[in-house]
Amino acid sequence: MMLLCRSASFSSPARCISNEDQEPEYDTGDLDSDDGEEIFTGTSNKPFVSTPPETDPSSDIFSEEGSYTVQKHTAPKTNGVQSDEELDLFAEATVELTLTAPNSRGRKEIIGPTEPLSTTVNTHGKLHVANTSNKPSEEVEEEESGDTFELNIAVTNPEKMGDGMNAYMTYKVSTQTTLPAFRSKTFSVRRRFSDFLGLYEKLSVKYNLMGCIIPPPPQKSVVGMTKVKVGKEDPSSAEFVEKRRAALERYLQRVVSHPALLQDSDVQEFLEREELPRAVNTQALSGSGFLKMINKASDAVNKMTIKMNESDNWFESKLQEVENEEQLLRRLHASVDSLVNHRKELCSNTAMFAKSVAMLGSSEENSALSRALSQLAEVEDKLEQLHQEQAFSDFFTLTELLADYLRLLGAVRGCFEQRMKAWQRWQEAQSTLQKKREAEAKLLWSNKPDKLQQAKEDITEWEAKVGQCERDFERISSTLRKEVHRFEKEKCRDFKHHIVKYLESLLRSQHRLVKCWEAFLPEAKAIV
Amino acid sequence: MIISGLFKFSCLYKKVNFVLFFVVDQLRSVSVDLNNDSSLLIDIPDALCERDKVKFTVHTKTTLNSFQKPDFSVSRQHEDFIWLHDTLVETEEYAGLIIPPAPPKPDFESPREKMHKLGEGEATMTKEEYTKMKQELEAEYLAVFKKTVQVHEIFLQRLSSHPNLSKDRNFQIFLEYDQDLSVRRKNAKEMFGGFFKNMVKSADEVLISGIKDVDEFFEQEKTFLLDYFSKIKDSTAKAEKMTRSHKNVADDYIHISATLNSIAADDNTALKQHLEKFAELLEKLRKVEGRVASDQELKLTELLRYYMRDIQAAKDLLYRRARALADYENSNKALDKARLKSKDVAQAEENQKQCLLKFDKLSESGKKELTSFKGRRVVAFRKNLIEMAELEIKHAKQCVILHSTCIDLMDSSFIFAVVQVRGRR
Repeated sequence: MMLLCRSASFSSPARCISNEDQEPEYDTGDLDSDDGEEIFTGTSNKPFVSTPPETDPSSDIFSEEGSYTVQKHTAPKTNGVQSDEELDLFAEATVELTLTAPNSRGRKEIIGPTEPLSTTVNTHGKLHVANTSNKPSEEVEEEESGDTFELNIAVTNPEKMGDGMNAYMTYKVSTQTTLPAFRSKTFSVRRRFSDFLGLYEKLSVKYNLMGCIIPPPPQKSVVGMTKVKVGKEDPSSAEFVEKRRAALERYLQRVVSHPALLQDSDVQEFLEREELPRAVNTQALSGSGFLKMINKASDAVNKMTIKMNESDNWFESKLQEVENEEQLLRRLHASVDSLVNHRKELCSNTAMFAKSVAMLGSSEENSALSRALSQLAEVEDKLEQLHQEQAFSDFFTLTELLADYLRLLGAVRGCFEQRMKAWQRWQEAQSTLQKKREAEAKLLWSNKPDKLQQAKEDITEWEAKVGQCERDFERISSTLRKEVHRFEKEKCRDFKHHIVKYLESLLRSQHRLVKCWEAFLPEAKAIV
Repeated sequence: MIISGLFKFSCLYKKVNFVLFFVVDQLRSVSVDLNNDSSLLIDIPDALCERDKVKFTVHTKTTLNSFQKPDFSVSRQHEDFIWLHDTLVETEEYAGLIIPPAPPKPDFESPREKMHKLGEGEATMTKEEYTKMKQELEAEYLAVFKKTVQVHEIFLQRLSSHPNLSKDRNFQIFLEYDQDLSVRRKNAKEMFGGFFKNMVKSADEVLISGIKDVDEFFEQEKTFLLDYFSKIKDSTAKAEKMTRSHKNVADDYIHISATLNSIAADDNTALKQHLEKFAELLEKLRKVEGRVASDQELKLTELLRYYMRDIQAAKDLLYRRARALADYENSNKALDKARLKSKDVAQAEENQKQCLLKFDKLSESGKKELTSFKGRRVVAFRKNLIEMAELEIKHAKQCVILHSTCIDLMDSSFIFAVVQVRGRR
């Protein structure tokens, strides 16, 4: 049985993409305390425990289902060894978030179009930040490390508050961190679903124009929530709550794994502040909800009419790739969904069969055969459990992964669209400038000095605007490029990890299957 | 199992045109090996499937003089088997025997349905996926086919190994007559008659379950069989559902594998090879799962199904005996009445003697049959359960190997990052 439990840790130099045009504003007091110490020791060596979704909530929240395998290299190698691998490296490690000290090589923010330096931040599960090594194919250079900080997030303890149709679920969001930006090292708050949506809204507004890929939250589900509100204590509503909890956890983990978002005050407030103002603009039937719908419709129309003059082929081919991938993932998602359903069916059929065989065994007159049949019934019962767990694993490991990536790809497409809009604005500004120039020329001819002054002012104004739009466009393009790279690396790693996890769960099932049947065999042989 | 043969399978969109020709060579498993009396050996070496009809080639090898040739083959259809069974059931002489249950009609319904769905879904699948689904479908047709050949063969072999039934004249005609038996299909009257007979049978059921039998043996047997029958019927149905679910899961792996391959084709990151390996694994896995499902079907579901029918035949024996008892009691009453009226006494006496004789004969042979049936059943269950457990273990171990190798392959291409901390302060 292969459980990946190796644990060593490593850190990597990294830097956060923070808000634009600012030096990282950290409480940098601690950053200089690198006394040549093994930076790796900072992380906790949490052995990976693969727990089924229904974990005992009192256990360490950070080793729950949501957490991923922790794989790292053994310590001796890490000191002073430069990894030369061609692929991107960071397999999962616990978090080492390093913030570059201000007295480091003083790199400018990535957002500046001139500096090609940036960190690609990979995070996985618990937050870990890594850096790319010297890869010729990469556009980024290495950063050096400052100190490392840790940030772990878990979402647990769903609780129902309120009654009837006004009921809602709250979730406990617990954070464990060594980041100086936060007031304490461990803290938790209770949040409800609309709070998460509210966070997303705030982040989109801020970052949409910059080309950052904001992870989308899980979807609203009226049906699911209504069942929970009504208070039916059936397994399907429990499953719904569990599904939502896991999805919210993944959402937060993705958010904090984005270096810029981690620094964002809204995110920090979300994690820390006791009471958040209720985010009303996330309600489906609110005024802002309608506004959103209208915006979406107009966007769709715009998309059809904009024909962008693409100077950089990279964007066009990338967008095409993203769209193709989305389609294929959708198909895969449907197939895996059907697998989950069939396995659940198998599970219930096996249960019924087990009962039936038990009854058969009890009415059998030959005692050895009767015993064998009851054993068979027990084996089938165990199989049923096995199938049940396998179905859960199928679902949480694969289906949800695919669903998440479908949404993420949607977000990526959104960013491309934003870029197109920026281009459009630039073009519009240019054409307006052109018109103003023409107007000026006309005025020169007709010789009206007072209006001329006005025209000249207009032109200067619009020239500035054109300049601004162009800079915006360039900036959004370069950020988008980097974001897409980061996203791809993360996706690669995410998928690999989940595939292996899934295979391991299959392996475990088969092992148990072997044991069950081997236990049964002597009983069958004992029939006389 | 050795299957060789031509397999032409052309699927027009709505119609299935199917020609299967198999040479099947296998040890029958549901019943213990019956072909051990070399004086009369029967097997079905091949069968032809045309549209809906299956034509079995029944091959006989015998040392008995009652047959004209020592080695011969004839072609028979399913209806001929049914005719044989019904004739045997209706023969008075065999009332005290358990007549082996008639083989069920070849049922290609489930694969045909799948074929339909496949035809409809063709547009949405990749070529590769479609081919695999077709293969799967062909395998399923094959499995149904194997099964139907098997049950027909067992039917004949049980007849041939029974001391009394093997000598039946109709049986010999069935084996030997080299022309088409052209069994008359039941006309309306006979169908109705058959229906009526079923009603009588259910009345019988009530009859025998109500009366407590004097004979301890038969009383026990009756209670046991009635109870067991209902339970085994239930188990058979549930086992069928379970095997079908298994097959569905195996089919899903095909779709997932195909989609993964498409994704891998488009992907040019490091993920590509992982996806390909995963897809490959799923492909191998679904074959194993498919075998698990079909083995389970053969060993478990078929076992239960067969013994369900067998127990029904045993129950029929009990009914016949109960009828004979009722007849005997009626004849007793008739005799008493005749004695009272002093009319037709001799006739009534004769009648009563006959009834008693018949009843005694039935009871005696019935006891023998039921006892041997018990033994047979236990042996068959044992054999099948052992075989099934062994096959499950074998398949699961194979899966373990597949999974481990895949995980190893993936792991080795995982590159663990070791990133150096550069101590520039």
